[in-house]
Amino acid sequence: MKGEQHWRPSATLETLKARAELLSSVRAFFVARNVLEVDTPILSANATVDRHIESFSTANGWLQTSPEFAMKRLLCAGSGPIYQICHVFRREESGRHHNSEFTMLEWYRPGYDHHRLMDEVEALLHAVGAASARFERLTYRDAFLRHAGLDPFEATLEQLRSVVRFDSDAGAQASERDFWLDLIMSAKVGPRLGLDVPIFLHDFPASQAALSRINGDIAERFELFWRGIELANGFHELADADEQRRRFEADQAWRKAQGQVVPPYDQNLIAALESGLPNCAGVAVGLDRLLMLMQQLPSVAASMAFAGDRA
Amino acid sequence: MATVSTNEMKSGTKVLIDGVPYAVIDNEYHKPGKGQATNSIKIRNLKTGRVLERTLKSGDTLEVADIEEVEMQYLYNDGEFWHFMNPASFEQIQAVQSAAEEAAKWIKGEETCRVLLFNGVAIGVTPPNTVTLLITETDPGLRGDTSGGGGKPATLETGAVVRVPLFVQQGEMIKCDTRTGEYMSRAGK
Repeated sequence: MKGEQHWRPSATLETLKARAELLSSVRAFFVARNVLEVDTPILSANATVDRHIESFSTANGWLQTSPEFAMKRLLCAGSGPIYQICHVFRREESGRHHNSEFTMLEWYRPGYDHHRLMDEVEALLHAVGAASARFERLTYRDAFLRHAGLDPFEATLEQLRSVVRFDSDAGAQASERDFWLDLIMSAKVGPRLGLDVPIFLHDFPASQAALSRINGDIAERFELFWRGIELANGFHELADADEQRRRFEADQAWRKAQGQVVPPYDQNLIAALESGLPNCAGVAVGLDRLLMLMQQLPSVAASMAFAGDRA
Repeated sequence: MATVSTNEMKSGTKVLIDGVPYAVIDNEYHKPGKGQATNSIKIRNLKTGRVLERTLKSGDTLEVADIEEVEMQYLYNDGEFWHFMNPASFEQIQAVQSAAEEAAKWIKGEETCRVLLFNGVAIGVTPPNTVTLLITETDPGLRGDTSGGGGKPATLETGAVVRVPLFVQQGEMIKCDTRTGEYMSRAGK
């Protein structure tokens, strides 16, 4: 259905002005804190092998789903604190709060852990005028206890399945705890987080560590939720090259077993980690969603000049 | 067999689940940033009208239901079936009681209705939005009442019962809204 108005922007001009203001206040925030702005390639010979993030491939490589690997290579090269505002691409992600191409703000802080970085995320959102109240912090375990009535670390697979509706065939994933935890997060927990003030969810199960450090059965990872919407994801960054390689290979094996695309992982990142990543924390913030919430827009499309349906 | 994937389902898409046709009302995509994506769809059973929710794994497909809605003229009821004709092709179809009963109380013949066909079989009939029908039975109103306040039940020639103002009498033609089931106005004799 291509209406005659289809050439027009998805966002109003007023929203586009608010967007420009948001970008400049983000930059001012980092300039004042001596964090260096960097600009890394969007197109790479390698890609993420994350189980649930799909990359676009081109004849000459892969479009980034996050600038994480290149930024970590800069950190290993001694860049010090860095930030980047860039476009990232995720195949098959489209909906009211998703657009396959979106704008990410990502930054890294040598010497910080995930809790100290949460403080800075909060300071940033205060500085750009998104919120003024103190944010809350809640562990992944307490969020599930509060909103799903079960302990995500202790509940049996049967208990996890019993609290959420699912009508597809889960296939081999039916026996994965994380599969059911994700469904419960989408249906029950996430939508109830940060309804009053923004809230940091932290201490994820170790099985959902992604690229964060693991401490016992806890991953040193956090997400920021506001009005039920996930706005940011941060890690106390994994620096162990061998552990990073093992995780990449395990994710590749999982993808292969599921019959999914298995992209090559970034050997340059492993080599960089071997040479030494400073102890650091990093976080990615979805700027389109942040603007959507700040401007009380009905969808992420309304925050962009041209959303996926007319790009 | 045509199929439709969760990322193509929009409001109005017709899908088949366990042999039953549904219309998609709403489709919401959910995904934890680093987790499994799902779509929760709200669907209406096209036979019963009941609305359900289903949560599917993103990328899953459902069979497309062969559904079409055609404008047809109501001809007659033979006691068992309601007969309709396509005014363009003159093709006739018959609808069973369960498909026609909601519309049946508003139609007497020659009205243009919308007939919902599933694999070519009528599963629903929508009458015209407004119809003009004769009142066959209603109590005499109180003399002097012209306000329309209160009202009284009136039985129409097709069997429908609507509330009418007290001044409206048996033997009059009235206009009704079939979507709300309400009296709209007198239509003259």
